[in-house]
Amino acid sequence: MTRSFIALLLIAVLLALVPFMMDDFFINLCSQILCYALFAVSLNLIVGYGGMTSLGHAAYFGIAAYAVTWLHTVAGWDHLTSAIGAVGVATGTAAVFGVLALRASGLSFLMITLALGQIVWGVAYRWVALTQGDNGMRFPQRPAPFGIDINGAMSFYYFSLIVFAVSVYVIWRVVNSPFGASLRGARDQPRRMRMLGHDVWMIRWAAFVMSGFWAAVAGLLFVYYQKFVSPYAVSLQQSAEVLLMTILGGASTLTGPMVGAIIVTLVKNVASTYVERWNALLGLIFVLAVVFMPTGLVPGFRRLISRKKPAAAPADETATPPAAAPERAS
Amino acid sequence: MRIDRRSVLKGIGAGVGVAALGAPAVRAQAKPVRIGFMTVKTGPLASGGIQMEQALNLYLKERNNMMAGVPVELYTVDTGGAPAVARTKMQELVERNGIAAMIGPLSTQEALALDDYIRETKTPTISVAAADDMTQRRANPWFVRVTSTSSQCAQVMGDYAAKDLKYKRCSTIADDIAYGHEQNSGFQRVFEEEGGKIVQKLWPPLAVPDYGTYIAQINTKVDGMFAAFAGSNGFRFFRQFNEYGLKGKIPLLGGMTAFDESLLQQMGDDAIGLLSVNYYSATIDTATNKKFVAGMVRDYKVEPGYYGAATYTAGAVLEAALKTTGGKDDKQALMNALRTNKVEDTVRGPVAFDKYGNAVGNIYIRRVEKQNGRLVNAVIKTYENVSQFWKYNPEEFLKNPVYSRDYPPAKFLEN
Repeated sequence: MTRSFIALLLIAVLLALVPFMMDDFFINLCSQILCYALFAVSLNLIVGYGGMTSLGHAAYFGIAAYAVTWLHTVAGWDHLTSAIGAVGVATGTAAVFGVLALRASGLSFLMITLALGQIVWGVAYRWVALTQGDNGMRFPQRPAPFGIDINGAMSFYYFSLIVFAVSVYVIWRVVNSPFGASLRGARDQPRRMRMLGHDVWMIRWAAFVMSGFWAAVAGLLFVYYQKFVSPYAVSLQQSAEVLLMTILGGASTLTGPMVGAIIVTLVKNVASTYVERWNALLGLIFVLAVVFMPTGLVPGFRRLISRKKPAAAPADETATPPAAAPERAS
Repeated sequence: MRIDRRSVLKGIGAGVGVAALGAPAVRAQAKPVRIGFMTVKTGPLASGGIQMEQALNLYLKERNNMMAGVPVELYTVDTGGAPAVARTKMQELVERNGIAAMIGPLSTQEALALDDYIRETKTPTISVAAADDMTQRRANPWFVRVTSTSSQCAQVMGDYAAKDLKYKRCSTIADDIAYGHEQNSGFQRVFEEEGGKIVQKLWPPLAVPDYGTYIAQINTKVDGMFAAFAGSNGFRFFRQFNEYGLKGKIPLLGGMTAFDESLLQQMGDDAIGLLSVNYYSATIDTATNKKFVAGMVRDYKVEPGYYGAATYTAGAVLEAALKTTGGKDDKQALMNALRTNKVEDTVRGPVAFDKYGNAVGNIYIRRVEKQNGRLVNAVIKTYENVSQFWKYNPEEFLKNPVYSRDYPPAKFLEN
């Protein structure tokens, strides 16, 4: 308790102080990292805790981004209602897609989510009257929550940070709730869960919808930051990237996807200035991670540390023992 | 804890550094001008992006890294073609590197994603992104294009097909993206207004693996076919078109990137006789262009095409503007100079700008020929001082919706 509490406090202080240590460029980068980290954490709900690997998660992220832009600029709703509407549309889509995708599991589930994601991409790309096609849509002005202007780099960072912190706190509560336990149970021992009287399908579907909901929140952050959305936001590449973040950092831990988001975003935006073949660099990091830390960086390092200091208690509440992984029916 | 102390120190260090860099401004003259260059070196657009970089490097090398008497510091960034990355990269260029002007980005999506940031930071931007509206209905006051809008060249081809080739019936095929739509509509509008009929429009997706199904649908009762492809698609389409035995049966008229110099040698002798339209040709017979082509062949073993010529021209236009402002650190003055200068001697010929920031210059009709054992796009007709609005009145032109798949409507479609 105390150790992880201190660590949490330290991270919170560090995050709050970011704008005082860096220039605007890095503050903006941190805002982006927060957005992608939330996106990755949302995906992790189903990938890590639910054992359902999805390749279409950008759909909800992108639908929220498109919907808020459309509702605000075309339908003329104000910021708050269009944001709520957008999250509603995206979550509704997740609910429908969940019904379709959860007919299968494992590889078939992956392929169905991929196909559904591509349908959304197709609509964004081809239905020009609705989405302006590959030219994309512009979001004219960031909202001003409670009258506070968030156009500056620093104020937008704090806005993102608050949204991120609240979201992650709720997700953390969910993961550690009885529902989270039953979700992990449904992942590891679906048959036993069924025998215990749980509705495994319903548990998975609820997790899927929640995951879509948080991805939609991340999508709002994305469009508020970029003030622009194009089919790229719902592309397969975006889905694959967020899956990479999740797996690289360590699925089934809360912090893993965040670490993954930090690494991928930094490599994409900063390392690419110095390394021409930054795609290869990202690939190399991934390969190394898979070889040396197959469960992801966060669980990997955690094990390294606990091996060095055998006296220390094996850390963290949310981590799954790696022994559980091979048994997973996928 | 140590980490964050270090970051604080670094922050202070950076602050001091910025102050120190700012100080020599008083000494003027030798102060370098910082230019940002945004290109694409990874992903599907990389071939064009790399040529852009080669040409710009050549331009600077020929001038010993000096423009208008000041040393140039070039900051090159790679976006991978992703709009979200482009934004971060531009922030890096503007906020960290403090650029005076930017050359790039390459793709329309990136340019649209950057649009409001360019306005906000008032960064003079010289781009090749062809989307019509960047210099039409959404004209950005900080944006100039030295090449051509998507439809600018195509409109010329429409005129050439109707008046010089005397074609009556044409079909079109283009990538199913805004770039393809705009080219196609430009061709269609001018061609039909001058008495022609577009009887068929085909839209293969950008990343279609095989053109067979589209080629099978081609209406053969036409005088010619306008083909507006991007990247290597023109080459891939052309090869399959020949394999299906259509070579010589339907003359192909290429859009501005359909039969690019960079792909010409791979197309083989089958390509001889192909017509295309562009704002540039490697065969343009001026000393400036000959030097450019020789330099590209010497340094990179490639003949420059659409993309290479674009950044080389951008370099020339920027240098002229810097000469006008005398290297003053004033973005507004630089922007005014960019827009009002007429640069007489660029590789594509003289370049001036309209009030929307788009180039008014020569457009060339080119035919593939073999000269000294190499395939070239030889210029057969030059249209001088062509505007993005062709011969229409700009205000009336802008009242219409932007060119798209369905606008202007095709009245003569068969089948």
